[in-house]
Amino acid sequence: MTTTIFYILVIAGVLLVPLNLAAGLIWLERRLLALWQDRYGPNRVGPFGLLQVLADMIKIFFKEDWIPPFADKVVFVIAPAIVMVTVLMAFAVVPFTSTVVVANLNIGLLFFLGMSSLGVYSVVLGGWSSGSKYSLLGAMRASAQMLSYEVFMGLSLMGVVLMAGSFNLRDIVEAQHKVWFVIPQFLGFVLFMIAGIAETRRLPFDLAEAESELVAGFHAEYSGMKFGMFFVGEYMGVMLISVMISVLFFGGWLGPWLPPLAWIVIKTFFFIMFFILLRAGLPRPRFDQLMSWGWKIMLPLALANLLVTGALVLAFK
Amino acid sequence: MTANATILQDLQEKFGQGSVLPEPGRDQIPAFWTSKEKVHELMRYLKTGIARPYKMLYDLTAIDERVRTHRGGQPESDFTVVYHLLSFDRNEYLRIKVALKGDAPRLPSITDVWPSANWYEREVWDMFGVKFDGHPFLTRILMPTTWVGHPLRKEHPARATELGPFQLPLEKVDKEQEAMRFRPEDWGMKAHEDGADFIFLNVGPQHPGTHGVIRIAVQLDGEVIVDLVPEIGFHHRGAEKMGERQSWHTYIPYTDRIDYLGGVMNELAYLTAFEKLAGITVPPRAQVIRVMMSELFRIASHLVWYGTFAQDVGQMSPVFYTFNDREHIFDIVEAVCGARMHPVWFRIGGVAQDLPKGWDGMFRKFLQRMPKHMAEYDREVMKNRIFKARTKGVGAITVDEAIDWGVTGPMLRAAGLEWDFRKKQPYSGYENFEFDIPTATHGDCYDRAVIHVEEIRQSLRIIEQCVNNMPEGPYKSAHPLAIPPRKEQTMHDIETLITHFLGVSWGPVVPPGEALGAIEATKGNNGYYLVSDGSTVSYRTRIRAPSFAHMQTLPLQCRGLMIPDLLAILGSIDFVLADIDR
Repeated sequence: MTTTIFYILVIAGVLLVPLNLAAGLIWLERRLLALWQDRYGPNRVGPFGLLQVLADMIKIFFKEDWIPPFADKVVFVIAPAIVMVTVLMAFAVVPFTSTVVVANLNIGLLFFLGMSSLGVYSVVLGGWSSGSKYSLLGAMRASAQMLSYEVFMGLSLMGVVLMAGSFNLRDIVEAQHKVWFVIPQFLGFVLFMIAGIAETRRLPFDLAEAESELVAGFHAEYSGMKFGMFFVGEYMGVMLISVMISVLFFGGWLGPWLPPLAWIVIKTFFFIMFFILLRAGLPRPRFDQLMSWGWKIMLPLALANLLVTGALVLAFK
Repeated sequence: MTANATILQDLQEKFGQGSVLPEPGRDQIPAFWTSKEKVHELMRYLKTGIARPYKMLYDLTAIDERVRTHRGGQPESDFTVVYHLLSFDRNEYLRIKVALKGDAPRLPSITDVWPSANWYEREVWDMFGVKFDGHPFLTRILMPTTWVGHPLRKEHPARATELGPFQLPLEKVDKEQEAMRFRPEDWGMKAHEDGADFIFLNVGPQHPGTHGVIRIAVQLDGEVIVDLVPEIGFHHRGAEKMGERQSWHTYIPYTDRIDYLGGVMNELAYLTAFEKLAGITVPPRAQVIRVMMSELFRIASHLVWYGTFAQDVGQMSPVFYTFNDREHIFDIVEAVCGARMHPVWFRIGGVAQDLPKGWDGMFRKFLQRMPKHMAEYDREVMKNRIFKARTKGVGAITVDEAIDWGVTGPMLRAAGLEWDFRKKQPYSGYENFEFDIPTATHGDCYDRAVIHVEEIRQSLRIIEQCVNNMPEGPYKSAHPLAIPPRKEQTMHDIETLITHFLGVSWGPVVPPGEALGAIEATKGNNGYYLVSDGSTVSYRTRIRAPSFAHMQTLPLQCRGLMIPDLLAILGSIDFVLADIDR
């Protein structure tokens, strides 16, 4: 009985906490960007402007739910839901602590990779169904970007899998008791980090959105709550990648003194803030530069990393 | 023998005695009348045949002569087309005028001699109804295609109140919308080729990357730009027409709003022309104040450019830092002038007021702070590898192309020509200052950035010299045409009281004549060509704006590149829509 209640609590927590945190992240990002850019950011609604998110949410809920007459209606409605569903599904396999995990799959890592690549359908379908040229260009870029970055994203993690000897995320964390994988797998960490930014379509990889070029890219025609879902979906993606970096390379919940849940939260927020800092600092590369970078540099590096790790694991067995 | 006589002799030998008539001007620029039969040949000769050629078509405009009273022995003409050429070898302008008769005048196009004549001739057709035979696509450029009449003709009303109430019924909305539709075939573009369709993407008039209301119709093959057409005129406010309505003095505020980032720099261009026309010399203190404030605005304008350019290539933060610095500049401008973006601070013959007490403290603080900030921006933007990858080799133009298309300012210097009008044709006492002209070699977006950044440093140097060597003396000329006249003496004798009264109520009455005054403005060469008919208002005010010429080179720079490059190039050109459309 108690275990059932515990599971229900975990499921509710994994479902609701990321959702609400994602909204809170919008506030965090705006405040942090403002701090780094010598301005105030939202500071009027509630203490430190914290209620700004609430105000924005109320606004976005009451906006007219408009579908452009030239759009493909069914796909247009489904697209923003896909991003939310896939990210939330991926959260299901994330071990926040050794006990707080919705589904302890033995192929957890593969499930995560699969779900995060399904997310691109949301962008592609949303951009295509909008029936606008800017959206279409955004969707085109998103699919090309995803193709080139998905490949080495998976490969960059194989080093971790080799070392842990498992696809199970809980086992991967447990394998880091002695040393966090970031040290032996530093190259893999860097590659996964870059692929992760590309996966979440954040600057410097926000080509699908590219505000100064494509206006808003794939979601140019979206408004109201549908736009809100893309928006929140993006932040959930950031959280997902951050929590995965912590789990795969930084020992997940492992850490002294503090309870395990605190450690994973601290680690995750560190990477979230790093993502935001990147956005504040970097310009956006061009589409073809991004592609050739992915195929010509990142992919060979990921393969080399896999080969060397494999050889070493074999040698020391 | 003067320059005027040499060129006259040369041309008369080539084209015969009667075909080229000299005209004495107020501005030391050689000016000749020629006929429409000869003009095309003459232009080609001036560009390619003559020794030390006139390589740049600096400006092309027209004058409606039909109600002008003081023509002073000029040939009979209803519409005069005026060409201004610039020779870099001679460091000299040349003015060629062609007299045209009748209500629907025509003359041959010179687009085959100078590609840059394309937009200028379209503008003359749009504004005056002068037809250019042989022009590839002579349509309206600034006014909507549905417009009736040619606005700069004298019979065309200048005020909305003369037109009757404005109404916009639905049929008219539809008609105007339909007129806005982009038709590729009009521009000689194919809709498809080899079984594949091109995408025609409408960038603007509302687009975050265009910095204002301009429309660029882009023909795309995937994301590769096949061709594009910039469409301007959305920001057209009839600044030249207003020049014929405002008094010489009350026109100054309008100039501020031409290059709206340049502030007082525009006033300097206008007043340089006006003071040539009226024969006013400006006292040294006023000159140095003018230089100091203009350079301050050059920095402000370049800072806006710096931040927004970084933003155009996707970098989010620099724009906030550079706008902060610009805010400091505006604090100084406000302390000196009382206003910020458009201070309207220069007056005919000087400036509006003397500098306030303690002015130099603010300047010194600013001069101290800026170099440190500039070094920070260098680290953040100029040395950033993604920034370099996005801008190096993108949009490169050569010196010859630049000259052919009338490009001046940082873009010309980035291509490699060391040409700065402050050094080559000093005005307002620039010959007394020490500064360098930065140049680069590739003419691409990155080199333009290098030039802009270095120019900020050079402007800081000039301002420092101004602050350290501010001369004493009057801040305004005592010339009777200097408006508003200084008030000190007005209460002592009736003569000055009357002059003051007339000067303030009518404004100056300028003797008939013409003058071109041009300066190195923030974005390139900004020139005013003023024609006086001996009255309190200008007969014709022509504004030669750098952005107009620069925007015309956009297709040249963009073909074969991608959409992100288009935005990088747009950012690097450093244009202001009000400066293009006027």
